[in-house]
Amino acid sequence: MSQKIKDATIPSIPTKARISRWFGRNMLRIYMLFGFTYLFIPVAYTFVFSFNDSGKSNLIWKGFTLSNWQNPCGAPEVCNALGNSIKIGFLATLFATILGTMIAFAIGRYKFKGRSGSNLLIFLPMATPEIVLGASLLSLFLVFKINPGFWPTVFAHVTFCISFVVVTVKARIASLDPRLEQAAMDLYANEFETFRRVTLPLVAPGIAGAALLAFSLSFDDFIITNFNSGTLITFPKFVYISAARGIPAQANVIGSAMFFLALAIVIAIQLVNRKKAR
Amino acid sequence: MSNDAISARGDLRLTRITKSYGDFTAVDDLTLTIPKGSFFALLGPSGCGKTTTLRMVAGLEEPTVGSIHLGDTDITTTRPYQRPINTVFQNYALFPHLSIFENIAFGLRRRGIKDVKEQVDKVLNLVELPHLAERKPTQLSGGQQQRIALARAIVNRPALLLLDEPLGALDLKLRRQMQIELKWIQREVGLTFVHVTHDQEEAMTMADTIAVMNEGRIEQMGSPADLYDNPETAFVANFLGQSNLIKARIEGTDGDNLVIDIFGQKISMPKKRSHAVDNSMYAGIRPEKFRISLVGTPTRGNTLTGGHIEDVSYIGVSTQYVVAMPWGQELMVFEQNDDGVAPFDKGDEVVISWEPTFTFGLRGDEDVDAGTEVNPEEPAEE
Ligand SMILES: Nc1ncnc2c1ncn2[C@@H]1O[C@H](COP(=O)(O)OP(=O)(O)O)[C@@H](O)[C@H]1O
Ligand SMILES: [Mg+2]
Repeated sequence: MSQKIKDATIPSIPTKARISRWFGRNMLRIYMLFGFTYLFIPVAYTFVFSFNDSGKSNLIWKGFTLSNWQNPCGAPEVCNALGNSIKIGFLATLFATILGTMIAFAIGRYKFKGRSGSNLLIFLPMATPEIVLGASLLSLFLVFKINPGFWPTVFAHVTFCISFVVVTVKARIASLDPRLEQAAMDLYANEFETFRRVTLPLVAPGIAGAALLAFSLSFDDFIITNFNSGTLITFPKFVYISAARGIPAQANVIGSAMFFLALAIVIAIQLVNRKKAR
Repeated sequence: MSNDAISARGDLRLTRITKSYGDFTAVDDLTLTIPKGSFFALLGPSGCGKTTTLRMVAGLEEPTVGSIHLGDTDITTTRPYQRPINTVFQNYALFPHLSIFENIAFGLRRRGIKDVKEQVDKVLNLVELPHLAERKPTQLSGGQQQRIALARAIVNRPALLLLDEPLGALDLKLRRQMQIELKWIQREVGLTFVHVTHDQEEAMTMADTIAVMNEGRIEQMGSPADLYDNPETAFVANFLGQSNLIKARIEGTDGDNLVIDIFGQKISMPKKRSHAVDNSMYAGIRPEKFRISLVGTPTRGNTLTGGHIEDVSYIGVSTQYVVAMPWGQELMVFEQNDDGVAPFDKGDEVVISWEPTFTFGLRGDEDVDAGTEVNPEEPAEE
């Protein structure tokens, strides 16, 4: 009898309804497919054209070669620019992470006059348009008779990276159970030992994340760098300048390599976290 | 001075401790001595100031007024890491980034002890979890974490071990088992344990001495039997077990006894068991101390007549009766089902009797409902 009912009901669902039901069920997947395609087409393009046997201009596919990957410094200036970007990124990350972590602890842990004020001010560089920040930093340097160049660029990068470090580390500190530090003190650890053995190790993942963020912000910054670096060429500046006459395939190699490096780091962190959770 | 605090030993003395948060007084003029080597329970409903008291002893909070001594050493303002006191926290607070071994070794290492292996292994064996040394805290069950938190504290052999509702997060069965185990461990290691709980049964099973706390004050302190047999306040009478509190008046004395009037009927009780301050009193009798007899059968001791059975609940080992008295009060009576006497029925006219020495007397101005509205089985607040 139940067989009869089944037979009777199936054809009664109209095809249109069935299609729309299928869409309803798979909508999220379809959206995701479009989303990722949209996001990854430029990356894929960059990657594919890093194998282009392009000669001078890398706009038209001329044939497959590994020579760009074998010799990434082949194009004039590209590795010099990359080196500058890495140096600036490293120094800016170092200073921004140290200062930002200290500010995060001060704001997150201590009550002092002007705490809420500092809390607000720290967001300012994040909200300020880069073009404004870059230009005002330049005029500041000029007022102090400092010529644009390497160190002013590092300084400028520290100013905008620091906010991101503070926000990231502060979130980690806020999620820390204060009872863990109390337990450490209860177990004969003085203030310094408590910080070193318990607080710092527990906040460390936040600090590491902040440092990665700072480096990637510094590495691909163009606007602020352009104002404050003078004749110094960084990687983003190199790409921008070469865009007019065709970006060399070596730039694609470096771009792709950076992408895969970042991807590898993210995957490694995920794996470590998963192992920890287990 | 604070440097010798770490080697201080002896009784813990809290003298007139008050802790205020703004206008709110969490602990109010509390004086307490905890003898060395005892298993001491601080018992009271949620929010009465137990944790605050422990935190002041541990050094995580400073009293607003008052002093704390360990033996002869004043530790009122000593930093927590300079006190020979360790805590088992309410939520265990194990270090998530360290292995179980390193969690337990933490206190030893901070005191500069290099060779920790033997001591850590010994204490892991004591809590019967030697196989978990290399795990991380998140890989352990609640009961296991609880034992590790205990091990992490006792490995230091502190002068005083503080336990803040250590069994609160465990299920009932595991809790009962751990109660016995904790008591055993305390005897084994011979340390002073201060156990905070809101569970009166837990305090009664484990402690040598119980201090009952209410609204930031100590209501009464004594052995479990003392507190149960001779409570001094309505709060204690109701919070530890159940009590019948009957409005009464002291008529006079008869040798070592008081002559008491209860709505026109005379009873007697030992003078020294009365905590009344004037003629007005509440006479207290525990439900299991009452006997019920049918009108006309012989009785012993104090009697109250004119009651009838209002309700009967048979619960295996005993039967619980509600007896309505002529003055409108309903009394609770527990009768053991061991004498082969047929149970009474609803509506039976009965006489209630009891031994005069089981009576306790409370002040006539007490709030008879104090301590009844709090449910001791309720989970602790965080
Ligand atoms: N840091 C604090 N600030 C304000 N009030 C607090 C603080 N700590 C505890 N209290 C209050 O003090 C009272 C006693 O708290 P607590 O000692 O934790 O109680 P218990 O452990 O007995 O449940 C509670 O009413 C609580 O809200
Ligand atoms: Mg508490």
